[in-house]
Amino acid sequence: MKKVNVEINGKKVIKDIPDHTLLSVFLRDILNLTGTHVGCDTSQCGACVVFADGKSIKSCTAFAADVNGSKITTIEGLAKNGKMHPMQEAFKKLHGLQCGFCTPGMVMSAVDLLQNNKNPSDTEIREWLEGNICRCTGYQNIVAAVKEAASKM
Amino acid sequence: MKTFNYHSAKDVKEASKLSSSSSAFLAGGMTTIPSIKLGLASYKDIIDIKKIKSLSGIKVTGKTVRIGSTTKHVEVAKSKDVKKVIPSLVALAEGIGDPQVRNRGTIGGSIANNDPSADYPSACIALNAVIHTNSRKIDAEKFFKGMFETSLKSGEIIEAIEFSIPEKSNYQKYPNPASRYAVVGVYVAKHKKGVNVAVTGAKSCVYNDKDLSKALTNNFSSSAIDSVRISSSGMNSDIHASAEYRANMVKVFAKKAVEAC
Repeated sequence: MKKVNVEINGKKVIKDIPDHTLLSVFLRDILNLTGTHVGCDTSQCGACVVFADGKSIKSCTAFAADVNGSKITTIEGLAKNGKMHPMQEAFKKLHGLQCGFCTPGMVMSAVDLLQNNKNPSDTEIREWLEGNICRCTGYQNIVAAVKEAASKM
Repeated sequence: MKTFNYHSAKDVKEASKLSSSSSAFLAGGMTTIPSIKLGLASYKDIIDIKKIKSLSGIKVTGKTVRIGSTTKHVEVAKSKDVKKVIPSLVALAEGIGDPQVRNRGTIGGSIANNDPSADYPSACIALNAVIHTNSRKIDAEKFFKGMFETSLKSGEIIEAIEFSIPEKSNYQKYPNPASRYAVVGVYVAKHKKGVNVAVTGAKSCVYNDKDLSKALTNNFSSSAIDSVRISSSGMNSDIHASAEYRANMVKVFAKKAVEAC
């Protein structure tokens, strides 16, 4: 067992967990933060993207122990005081989702994009979302939503 | 997933001491973690080295660029210092995987894994890299032994990779549309003493194409490549590309790289 001491969505969390616990399992099964989805579980689909110390990572391909001491932000941590993050607003407004399974990861990745590039082109958005797969193939509206959010942020 | 004991080493000495025949070092984990999850690898101990500060960072001197082994791809991709002296290395790092892989994956992990389609091994060969470990220095030409095989010994840890700054260089690849690994990648670097043409993705291990290197050392122009015959013998053949296709791509990308230098 390992003691993991992290900050998740602004709250300190200290837990004893098996050494091989994936970050995605830690979030979903131990902390009940089920907004982070597990799709492929092989680092391809990006439904599990969260932030570790401000950078997007795939939580299915990290151990909880190896982000010990980090600040983690999940999709549940984006809204502030009951108000959705501009990226979430834009996805809702422009139907940037169909079934919604990929959405948490898409939104987290897209927020990271705007941290790196405030005004991305369509091509830059598509290239950045390389690691996020939407099996409904709803990419047009996702790209439109990211552009909308960029104009509001 | 099989269980293991996780250790976070505070320094290289401790990491090396903890290692055994059934342990693995963990940096970004971009290959190690999926391998464990898929049951392709199992270890008694996982030794995390990413908190060892001395292993991370970029240092540019007059003749070389030294990159610490746990330096992430994103750090190389964003390095203005590296961009000034070896822009092709920055472009290579920008083209690895996806943003989440670049935020976690490390240069040391990439070369220690020596995937036949990985990008960084070609940079090591083309840029006459020296691999610094906790016990010795290894020339890149002697480091990459075969598919997923290097000359690293048990308990040996890569500390840094030191690249020679070339006069000109360029990296061209055809990325697998899903993974961004190189179906074929060609790294051309013109040094004072000659040209290297490192090829990844085409065979079971990265290699320096001697015929192309020789042709370009004599005459550094894309037309010098026209007369070089690239054999498809020993080249990978899979659902992505046949051996013949790969052989042709080596030539096409070598020309493109020279023209972009």
